[in-house]
Amino acid sequence: MSASRTSSALEALRAEVAQIEAGERTSYPALPFGMPAMDKALPSGGLALGALHEVAGGGVGVVDAAAAALFSAGIVARLDGWVLWCLTTPDLFAPALAQAGLDPDRVIYVEAGSNDAVLACFEEGLRHGGLVAVVAEVARLPMTASRRLQLAAESTGTIGIAVRRWRRPAEAADFGSPTAAVTRWRITAVPSGPLPVPGISRARWLVELMRVRAGESSEWIVEGCDEEGYLGVPADLGDRPSVAQAWDRRAHA
Amino acid sequence: MVLAGREGNRRAVLAVNDSARRLGIWPGMAATQAQALLPDLATFEAEPDEDAAHLARLAAWALKRYSPVVAADAPDGLAIDATGATHLHGGEYPMLNDIVLRLGQAGIEAKAAMASTYGAAHALARTMPMQINVHDFPSEKRALGLAPVRALRLPAETVLGLKVMGLERVRDLLARPRAPLVHRFGTELSRRLDQATGHIAEPITPVVVPDLISVTRGFPEPISAPETLQRYTGLLVDDLCVRLEKGGMGARKLDLLFHRIDARVEAIRIGTAKPGREPKHLSRLLLSRLETVDPGFGVERMTLTALVAEPLDYKPTGTLGEKARADVTTLVDTLASRVGAERLYRMALVESDLPERSVRRVAPLSNPTSLRWPENWPRPSRLFSPPEPITTVALLPDHPPATFTWRNTRHRVIRADGPERMHGEWIRSDAEMLGTRDYFHVEDEAGLRFWLFRKSESVHPDTGPHHWFMHGLFA
Repeated sequence: MSASRTSSALEALRAEVAQIEAGERTSYPALPFGMPAMDKALPSGGLALGALHEVAGGGVGVVDAAAAALFSAGIVARLDGWVLWCLTTPDLFAPALAQAGLDPDRVIYVEAGSNDAVLACFEEGLRHGGLVAVVAEVARLPMTASRRLQLAAESTGTIGIAVRRWRRPAEAADFGSPTAAVTRWRITAVPSGPLPVPGISRARWLVELMRVRAGESSEWIVEGCDEEGYLGVPADLGDRPSVAQAWDRRAHA
Repeated sequence: MVLAGREGNRRAVLAVNDSARRLGIWPGMAATQAQALLPDLATFEAEPDEDAAHLARLAAWALKRYSPVVAADAPDGLAIDATGATHLHGGEYPMLNDIVLRLGQAGIEAKAAMASTYGAAHALARTMPMQINVHDFPSEKRALGLAPVRALRLPAETVLGLKVMGLERVRDLLARPRAPLVHRFGTELSRRLDQATGHIAEPITPVVVPDLISVTRGFPEPISAPETLQRYTGLLVDDLCVRLEKGGMGARKLDLLFHRIDARVEAIRIGTAKPGREPKHLSRLLLSRLETVDPGFGVERMTLTALVAEPLDYKPTGTLGEKARADVTTLVDTLASRVGAERLYRMALVESDLPERSVRRVAPLSNPTSLRWPENWPRPSRLFSPPEPITTVALLPDHPPATFTWRNTRHRVIRADGPERMHGEWIRSDAEMLGTRDYFHVEDEAGLRFWLFRKSESVHPDTGPHHWFMHGLFA
């Protein structure tokens, strides 16, 4: 009797605390990847809108972030509305983004002179509210800046994606330092599957979810964005246990 | 051809063109003497008033295009205060280049110079041999030293007197003790020298263009506190918006001038992507730039001008069945005032075979383009401009390379697709007509995907050198 009363009191207290923690925050829906294994690993069943996410390339991709940019394009392609893309070096090739499903009429590019200017434009975009997503290519993302960005994203429901990109591979060590981002991803190219004929098949990426708030990190091998921005399950891996499950087993063994 | 007019009590040649100058006619010569030298000389009456009016129109053009503080530098020049204006045109040199080019298109041969003082810029624009002169401080000092003394805006008799004394260049003057010179030629010489070297300030009185919507506030006491400046900026914007609303107009470009008590003028210029008269938005744009204004000892007058205004009508919203596109005009304006309007763009298609020419930048809020790039050929997400040369080991012509070295790293090609042949655009040049590129989409042993091409000078594979280039990255 007393035990159940204590537990119900605790329940009430927990609910109260949760309410305080949520504060003025409104919760936004999440954008699922459409791949059950990935969506299960994310606490809200998909990539949280109104939040900051970090994406970087792995290996030599830390310099060019070509796959990371495509991965981000695939995410924002599946949303509907204006997208702001902040960059310092204008080497992004718009036709490739269009092939990942991102309509060029929806994307406004802003070419800022420095990392700090990109961060300022990033925040301005997140705070405005008329955009559906802001993608920014940044090298340095200090804790304070990322916290501001996260709060700005929360205030409007705009999704913020920081594509981390460094001038030299050595600088990528910065990716280990903490930020206020909700998730942190690393996209590395891996050899693609064989084709019965000479040629080149759909790109294959190792997608690592390195950090996720209130969740566990995991990794998957996926096929690159299709023309609507969706990732795919590689055919030759489809009927095998996914890498994530194997990792899970290793962790519990 | 010469222009003749009255100079004092005689009729003299006032201006000559190049061919007349080659034939030995120079300004200041008596008109009769010139005609005696060249009986078939085309002589036209000089019209100083007309010239001044045209110069004022040119100043108004420069005001709209380049900087909020522009003055007509009679009889033959424009003075533009480029402080804080150059970055909008890509820098100092590109800005001058743009001015000279545009004037050239209008049939006006112009020379331009950028220097740290009005006097120096005036002198260098008129005496340097190059059409465009941009100087940093040491080279400006050197160039000014070499300039002839007539470039200092001195009366003709002073120049003549200096010549008699053997003082022909500015550096000769600067090296001399000042007092005897002042004694001989008056304080004007000393003043002009100091103005050119920046020892005394020389304010530019900006040209005022009539029939622009403009509001002014004068202050009995000079103001300088940031809060006060902010408050009056807000009030001026309110006034202007009322005026704009009366005329049914919206502002595209605003100039806020701060007239300081030391006669200098500080300015802020903002532009908007769409005509607007929303006081909150306009004052936010102005306030974001207010920190660049140095009020000095105080500001006695502020003027806000709608430099470019366009009709602004009310538009119906929420057409049936059509989802309204979110309004990002305010964001575009804020970002444009932060980084410059030309660095804010959308990408659109250009029908061209060459990948680097297939995209162009369009204004961020221009109408949607329905044209799309072809989807059947994969394109890289990063495009290198220019393409980077690579060294390759290729087994067969028309095949992708077996290995290649890019940025000091060797990659072995495991899978490849191609070639996709692209021809040069014959419409552009003859050299391009024969040039072809064979693009290959390759994957190396680590799974990295590259976009390579082999360049040939002709369509026959066995002629000409084949160079390989890296043009883009897929992953």
